[in-house]
Amino acid sequence: MTAKQKWIQLGILAVIMLALPAFFPSGYYYRVGALIYVNALSVIGLVVLIGYAGQISLGHAGFAGIGAYACALAPEHLGLHPALAVLLGAGVSALMALLIGRPILRLKGYYLAVATLGFGILVSMVLSNERSLTGGPDGMAVPDIGLRPLLRDMGLRVSGGEFWYAASALVLLLGAWIALNLHQSATGRAMRALHGSETAARTVGIDVARFKLQAFVISAVYASVAGSLLALQNGFITPDVAGFMHSVEMVTMAVLGGVGSVLGATLGAAILTLLPQVLTVLADYEQLVLGFVMILVMIFLPLGLLPSITARFRGRGV
Amino acid sequence: MKITTTALATLMVLGIASAAHADIKLGASLSASGGAAFLGDPEAKTLEMLVEEVNANGGINGEEIELVLYDDGGDPNKARTFATRLVEDDEVVAIIGGSTTGTTMSIISVAEGEGIPFISLAGAIQIIDPVREFVFKTPHTDRMACEKIFADMQKNGITKIGMISGTDGFGASMEAQCKEVAGSHEIEILAQETYAPQDADMTPQLTKIKSTDGVQAILNPGFGQGPAIVTRNYAQLGIELPLYQSHGVASDGFIELAGADAAEGVRLPGTALLIADLIEEGDPQKDVVTAYTTSYEEKYGEDVSTFGGYAHDAFRLMVDAISRAGSDDPSAIRDALEATDGLVGTTGTYTFSADDHLGLDLSAFRMLEIRDGEWVSID
Repeated sequence: MTAKQKWIQLGILAVIMLALPAFFPSGYYYRVGALIYVNALSVIGLVVLIGYAGQISLGHAGFAGIGAYACALAPEHLGLHPALAVLLGAGVSALMALLIGRPILRLKGYYLAVATLGFGILVSMVLSNERSLTGGPDGMAVPDIGLRPLLRDMGLRVSGGEFWYAASALVLLLGAWIALNLHQSATGRAMRALHGSETAARTVGIDVARFKLQAFVISAVYASVAGSLLALQNGFITPDVAGFMHSVEMVTMAVLGGVGSVLGATLGAAILTLLPQVLTVLADYEQLVLGFVMILVMIFLPLGLLPSITARFRGRGV
Repeated sequence: MKITTTALATLMVLGIASAAHADIKLGASLSASGGAAFLGDPEAKTLEMLVEEVNANGGINGEEIELVLYDDGGDPNKARTFATRLVEDDEVVAIIGGSTTGTTMSIISVAEGEGIPFISLAGAIQIIDPVREFVFKTPHTDRMACEKIFADMQKNGITKIGMISGTDGFGASMEAQCKEVAGSHEIEILAQETYAPQDADMTPQLTKIKSTDGVQAILNPGFGQGPAIVTRNYAQLGIELPLYQSHGVASDGFIELAGADAAEGVRLPGTALLIADLIEEGDPQKDVVTAYTTSYEEKYGEDVSTFGGYAHDAFRLMVDAISRAGSDDPSAIRDALEATDGLVGTTGTYTFSADDHLGLDLSAFRMLEIRDGEWVSID
């Protein structure tokens, strides 16, 4: 991928983000759009971990949980502004990823999957059980970030839906830009090298453990920021955000869209966020159709949607 | 000429007909699937059934109700999206739902923000305390259940108890509420144990409570299968103390799960719905409960549950408010809801006011005891 391709990808993303609201019949679509961008952000984190460095994680919802609860807890107990709480959450997540990443990234394949899974479950258990702090399974309120009144004072009136659409879009663009830069950097090349063959990478002098850990920490920060954004826009948070199903959902989005590609990740997030909304017309068959669609994609487009389709367009087949 | 008249008449009839069918859109987001499906499923079925009934009887003030129902699967994030969708896209005039406290709290911010009346079907006290302008709820709070149980204990001269509770949302919330009100009922909690929702054996915890000096009764705030296992272990250990369960297991399923022998003598606060056959003639709830139970069991071939009853009451409250408001303007409906006075539901008799958006008192709970595998009212 050249620098030009990077700007093309970011351009496509930005144009879609700007153009979409023109087709929105109601405020509800801003909400769905914002959700897609937030999900895409955490999935891009997984692109770095799974797509670049070739490591798996089934526990990233745990980091989303840390980010989300940082926004709920820090303003209440530390008197921190919610915007700063996002940074605090990201910091705590990074530190946590650093601490647990060192021992568990020695594991490979299934073992790594199970270890990360354990981490995710641990976070969600703590959030559920520390009732006095987190409100337990009933969840807790998240203070408003207070940017909308600020914008209003500047003469810009936006609805909650519009504000979060724009905010999530901007953060996603930033996240995509960082991930695309990383792809071309020396670090990114090292990660991709160890993905290809750990032994070969080690032979040419790549510090395998260090780059695995870096990918893990980076992806944890993405998940954490996405969790914070979700908490701030919902204004309320429960331990579900750190739940196992949320971790699985993230990985599914990444794999469905194309795990090595930033745009693919966004597409995967868009599809899996939109489908349940579209399929409400089928009521009881919703889950069935959702599962069926995913099986079909995996059989016929095994690289994930976007990479498979672009490969076809270039006439290289799959 | 004649043709034109006929055409005109037809058009007029159609015009009137379509005006009469300017539907009232009612929204609902329930947890009909997922972990909370035992709440959301009967709730969704109840709403669908009642909407059909009301429409078959001519609707509200001649307008039919259109129910827009979404399944949030118990996920608060989804519930919030669906609430936004109900308000912004479907343009409903009111929302019923939030099977769980988490989903309810997510819907609240949308309903409050957009000024749409919302009746929650979840238990927690923070839904209506502090009172929010547009938010009402039908189920009793856990605190009321504790108070009802403690009142019964006082009546029986019990002052020192042991408590074993589930660590799930329901158990933990009720445990906290019970501890708060224990003092005012002169109840002392001497021993306190917990179990995880998926635990299969509570013998160690019960043995510990049993061996605590002075315990006169044991209370088990919990939900799902946990309390049934506690009840079975209780019998296996031959504990002679009275066992109090919570309203969370007030269903026939609990007796089946625990076994009639083990459940013998278990007491709990429940609603009139559980003992439909036992309600005396002349009790204001008799007709309401019988009508709901009969049509639900006829339509779906399964027993009614307290949770379906919550949805029933929410729907009745909403229909009553809309017809009194005489319009489908959300704030008019809200004002009418708040002015609800003495509406009889399956859970109790509701009287809302500006500072009470639950509108039930302790009389709504009936103290029940299981005898020979059947519910008996002991009030």
